[in-house]
Amino acid sequence: MLEVSVRHRLGQFLLDAAFNAPAPALVALFGVSGSGKTSLIQAVAGLRRPDEGRIALDGEALFDAASGIDIPAERRRLGYVFQDARLFPHLDVRGNLIYGLRRSRTPTRIGFDDVVALLGLGPLLARRPRGLSGGERQRVALGRALLAQPRMLLLDEPLAALDAPRREEVLPYLERLRDHWQLPMLYVSHQFDEVLRLATHLVLMEQGSVLAAGSLAEMALHPALGRLAGEAAVGAVLDSAVGAVDARTGLASIPAGSGALQLPAGALSPGTPVRLQVLARDVILATEPPRGLSVRNVLEGRVVAVEAGLAGSRRVTVDIGGLRLLAQVTDLAASELGLAPGRPVWVLVKAVSLRAASTGPGLPAA
Amino acid sequence: MPMLSEMEWQALRLSLDVATRSVLFSLPLAIAVAWLLARGRFAGRALFDALVHLPLVLPPVAVGYLLLLLFGSRGPIGGWLQEQFGIQLVFSRAGAALATAVMSFPLMVRAIRISLEHIDPGLEQAARTLGAGPLDRFRSVTLPLMLPGILAGAVTAFAASLGEFGAVITFVSNIPGETRTLPLALYTALQMPGSEAVAARLAALSFGLGLAGLVLAELLARRVRALLGP
Repeated sequence: MLEVSVRHRLGQFLLDAAFNAPAPALVALFGVSGSGKTSLIQAVAGLRRPDEGRIALDGEALFDAASGIDIPAERRRLGYVFQDARLFPHLDVRGNLIYGLRRSRTPTRIGFDDVVALLGLGPLLARRPRGLSGGERQRVALGRALLAQPRMLLLDEPLAALDAPRREEVLPYLERLRDHWQLPMLYVSHQFDEVLRLATHLVLMEQGSVLAAGSLAEMALHPALGRLAGEAAVGAVLDSAVGAVDARTGLASIPAGSGALQLPAGALSPGTPVRLQVLARDVILATEPPRGLSVRNVLEGRVVAVEAGLAGSRRVTVDIGGLRLLAQVTDLAASELGLAPGRPVWVLVKAVSLRAASTGPGLPAA
Repeated sequence: MPMLSEMEWQALRLSLDVATRSVLFSLPLAIAVAWLLARGRFAGRALFDALVHLPLVLPPVAVGYLLLLLFGSRGPIGGWLQEQFGIQLVFSRAGAALATAVMSFPLMVRAIRISLEHIDPGLEQAARTLGAGPLDRFRSVTLPLMLPGILAGAVTAFAASLGEFGAVITFVSNIPGETRTLPLALYTALQMPGSEAVAARLAALSFGLGLAGLVLAELLARRVRALLGP
């Protein structure tokens, strides 16, 4: 587990952040640009020395202002992937890859051949960094960091400098290495779709401090998320596994709380772990059992909370047998339906987004 | 070009020898000074910078005189060297190398410093996160990336050393076979009536060597830059 609690002044900006990251997990530091995410991950790496605080990995202090501990970055054994790759221009891809490997003093857990195979680097080995595309560079940078045998991998917006097709090229590799080595990862991002696809845990940052931290499913329900990710991206996240696939209708049924959600099966097969998102604006609430509707997904639940949302709307949290969904409802509808905590409701889900499936790269669906 | 006389060959060999020693002696120091000027954060950096560049603007005779004061047999450093190690710089080949090294030092530092300032410090940071300590980073990342500047600086300084006159003649005098380098031999020839042909050959030789040195410096820098990439 990574424990972070630091204070650091940068001119007018004060970074005052504390969070714990469980392991193995992919913990995303999420916030808008300028919220202090990069400064924080640099402090963890040892590339920036905080004014006060403590950073510890698995109980061992990497930095502790009170007792004067500050292990230099080169001895922290934390892999770091920079936004701009930073490959050594005077070495070929192989030379870059083995740079950290040759300097690691621990038994090799992450092998050269494995990394080359997993990241598809074979054809690039003899090439120079300047001849590589942005996506290829980032893959080499990932491999180089992994081969240094790190205890944890720090990723500072590794996809931010890439265009959409290049990001799609690199994302599956990130998913693969997260699942293959069970390596704890700390991932800085301001792109919520990346976070949705990769993260298991989320640390929400705003103006130098941590607003909240927890599992992705918990954080997806956090009231501040709309502000950080955009209201259109708000919605409950559900990690589940495919229950059954109906060959006749082509629909996969996925257990969700007391009911199940259905979506086009595509390449899904029973048992496949999936991550679904139900956007708040795609949820309709009814106070009577609905009839004669085209909507396939109808679940029974109970209102848990009603909060102010965007102008003229409310955020309604509904419990459907242990699973919580968010709904965006107009003020008028909320008061006419008498939506209040405890009220039984029927939840109609217009669309379910498949954000990730372990069979391969996430396929946007339904 | 007509064949060179034994005396001219001697001057050429001596010049090459003095310039080689000069470059070998000053290169490590120039790398250190360039690093301090490019990366160092210390009080008096501006003054240090000015001191390093002083030989560019001082009359070479003044530099030679200063060297005489410091490294002469009775000078503070020269006396100590003589006493401790029996090294005599005045009127010697080693002294000529010292004089040319001091004069060409700013050229060398400048070239190395420029290449150093073009290196992205982020690369050294990346090396840190991969487990490389300070010396290791310097040797495995910084130094190879400085190579174009080091080569260019060394070749330029070598060419300049071949041609240094004022500081050499003031510090180590004009002794045939010991300190009479090409420019000193050329000067001597000019002083002697009837040696116009000798003077012309020596001047042509100096011209050719200087030009070759500068072209070589540029070609080397280009080759290394192409190898390193942006």
